[in-house]
Amino acid sequence: MANVNLTSASLPPAGVGTDSSHEFDAATTRTQGQLVLRRFLRHRMAMISFGVFIALVVFAFIGPLVWSYDFEDVSSKAYQAPSIGHPLGTTQVGKDMLALLMRGTGYSLQIALVVAALATVIGVVFGALAGYLRGFVDNALMRLVDLMLIVPQIAVAAIVVKGFSGSWYVVALVLAAFAWMSIARITRGETLSLSQREFIEAARACGATTPRIIFKHLVPNMIGSITVNATLAIAAAVLTEAALSFLGLGVRPPDTSLGVIVQENYGQFLNRPWLFWGPFVVLVSLSLAVNFIGDGLRDAFDPRQTKVRA
Amino acid sequence: MIRYILRRLLISIPILLIGSFLCYVLVATAGNPLAEMRAKPGVTEAQVQQVANELGLNRPVLVRYWDWLTNFVQGDWGTSVALGQARAEVQPAIMDALWTTGRLVLGAELLALTLGVAVGVLAAVKQYSIFDYLATSTAFLMFSMPIFCVAVIIKNYGIQFNNVLESIGLQRWLTTAGPREGGFSGSIGDAIFKYTGTFLLPTVSLMLISFAAYSRFERASMLEIMHSDFVRTARAKGISQSRVIFRHAFRNALIPVATLFSLNFGAVFAGAIITETVFGWVGMGTRLVEAVRNFDPSMLMGWLAVTATMVVLFNLVADIVYGILDPRIRLG
Repeated sequence: MANVNLTSASLPPAGVGTDSSHEFDAATTRTQGQLVLRRFLRHRMAMISFGVFIALVVFAFIGPLVWSYDFEDVSSKAYQAPSIGHPLGTTQVGKDMLALLMRGTGYSLQIALVVAALATVIGVVFGALAGYLRGFVDNALMRLVDLMLIVPQIAVAAIVVKGFSGSWYVVALVLAAFAWMSIARITRGETLSLSQREFIEAARACGATTPRIIFKHLVPNMIGSITVNATLAIAAAVLTEAALSFLGLGVRPPDTSLGVIVQENYGQFLNRPWLFWGPFVVLVSLSLAVNFIGDGLRDAFDPRQTKVRA
Repeated sequence: MIRYILRRLLISIPILLIGSFLCYVLVATAGNPLAEMRAKPGVTEAQVQQVANELGLNRPVLVRYWDWLTNFVQGDWGTSVALGQARAEVQPAIMDALWTTGRLVLGAELLALTLGVAVGVLAAVKQYSIFDYLATSTAFLMFSMPIFCVAVIIKNYGIQFNNVLESIGLQRWLTTAGPREGGFSGSIGDAIFKYTGTFLLPTVSLMLISFAAYSRFERASMLEIMHSDFVRTARAKGISQSRVIFRHAFRNALIPVATLFSLNFGAVFAGAIITETVFGWVGMGTRLVEAVRNFDPSMLMGWLAVTATMVVLFNLVADIVYGILDPRIRLG
C-alpha cells in the first residue's frame, strides 16, 4: 500500500493532465455513489460479466416467449442430435433442450435472487442488531449462527422439500434459512467498529431510535460490503440449488432447474455430449458472471483492495 | 491451552443438544412414515398400528426426543423402517457410510489444504507473475464450478482413459462406478494399483473445489501480511528472503486459512455426498437420499446427529489449531 502512495505523490496533481475531458471542477464533485458507479463501469471483467448476466436473464425470461418449443412439449423425437430445429438436441422423453434450458435458467435465477435477497435482509438485520446492541442479544444471535452452521443444510433442505413441497419458493426459503450466517457475521463485525465512531454517538445523543440508527446511519455506511456479499450469495445459491436438485432432493418435476437438467442428462456424457455441455455452460457462465460482478463491485466500493481477493 | 479447549468443548455441547432437538422436531413434523406405509399396497391398518407402537409414534414429540437422545448416547440409534425386509439397525449402516465418506473427505481435504496453501503462498510471493495469473484464474474458475459437473467430467474422462489403457493391452485402472469389490487384496503392487485406482478420481473431484478456496484465501492473506510493517522491518534488518517468507509471513498467513477450514467443513461434506453419488459409492450421500425418499425417521436422525457431531469436532480441531497458531486467541 505504501508504494501506491509514493508513486501517486510523485505524479502531477489530478486535473493537470492533458485530457481536457477530466478538467477539475469544484462545482461538479461526485457523490460516493457516482464514484462507485464510475469505477464499476470501468471494470472490464465486471462489465463483460454484467453483459453475460443480462444475456442470461433475457435468455431465461424473454427466450421462452420467442422460441418455438415449450419446455413441457414432448412431441419431438427422442435423443435427436443438434440441428437447426433443435440447436441443443432433444432429451430422452423428446423435450427440446434449448426450451428446457430457458426454463431451468429462469427457475435457477429466480431461486438464487430470492435466496440472496432474503439472506441479505436477515443477515444485515441480525448482524447489525448483534453488533449494535451487544450483550445478551449479541450472544443469542451469534449462538444461533453457530447452531445454523452445524446443522447440515443439504439434509434439512431435503427433508423440508420432501415433507412439504418441491416448489421453487420452498427450495428458496430453505436455502435462504441457511445462507444468512456469513452476512450476519460480516455485518456484525463492521457494526462493532462503526458504532464506536462519533457520528453514531451523536445520533444516539440526539435521541435517534435503534432502528433509525441501524437503517439510517449504520447500513448506509456498510453498503459496500453488503452489496458485495449479496452478490456472492447469489452465486453460492445458484450452486447450492443446483447441487440439491442434482441429488433429486430439491426442485422436483414438473418444475425444473439447471441442477435437474444436469441430473437427468449426465448419463449421456459419452454418447450425446451436447446434452451435458449445454446445461453445464449455462450453469458455469451464470455462476462465473455473478462472481465476477461481485469482484468488480468489491473493487468499485473499495479501490484500496484491488487485486487482493479473498 | 487445556482450559481453552475445555471452554470450546463446553460451548459446543448445548449447541449440539438444541440442534438435535430442532432436527428432531423437523423430522417429526415434516413427514409421516405411517402415511408412507399406508400408501404401499397390501399393508393393513393393524400392521401400521403395530409399527406405530413399536416406533413409539403415538407419544408426544418431547418424550420421543428424550427417548431418542438417551438411546442415542447409549449407542442404540433405532431401527430403519426402510432398509430391505428385515429392519436394519441404523448405527452400523451409518457408521459404514461414515467410514466410506470419511476416507474420501480426509484424503481430499489434506491434499487440498497442502496444495492450496503451497500454491497460494507461491502466487503471493511471485505476485503478477504468469504463475500467479494462472493460479488465480484457475482458482476463480473452480470456485464457480458446480462440484457435480466437475465429478461428472472427471468420471467420464476416467472411463475414456480406461478404454485407452485397455486398447493398448493394459488392465483398466480407474474405478468409476462404486468401490472395488473384494477389498485391496493381492500383492503389494497390486493393492496399491487397486487402491489408487479406486480413490484417485473421487478424491481429485472433491479436492479441486476446496483447493480453489484455500489457494485464493492463502494468497490474499499472504499478500496482506507481506505488505505489513513487521515484514518490512524484518527485511530491513537484513533477514534473508526465505526466512522472512517462512518464519514471519507464512506462519501468520495460516491463521485465516484455519478459520476457513473449519467453516468449510460442512460444504466439503456436502460436496463429498455429491461426489459419492456420481461415483456410485454407498456412503453418507446414498444413505441420506434413501432415508429422505423413504422418509425413515431413525435413519434421518442418526444421519443428522452424526453429521452435526462431525462438524462440531472439526470446528474444535480448527479452534485448537487456531489457538496454536495465534497466542492472542489461546490466552484471550
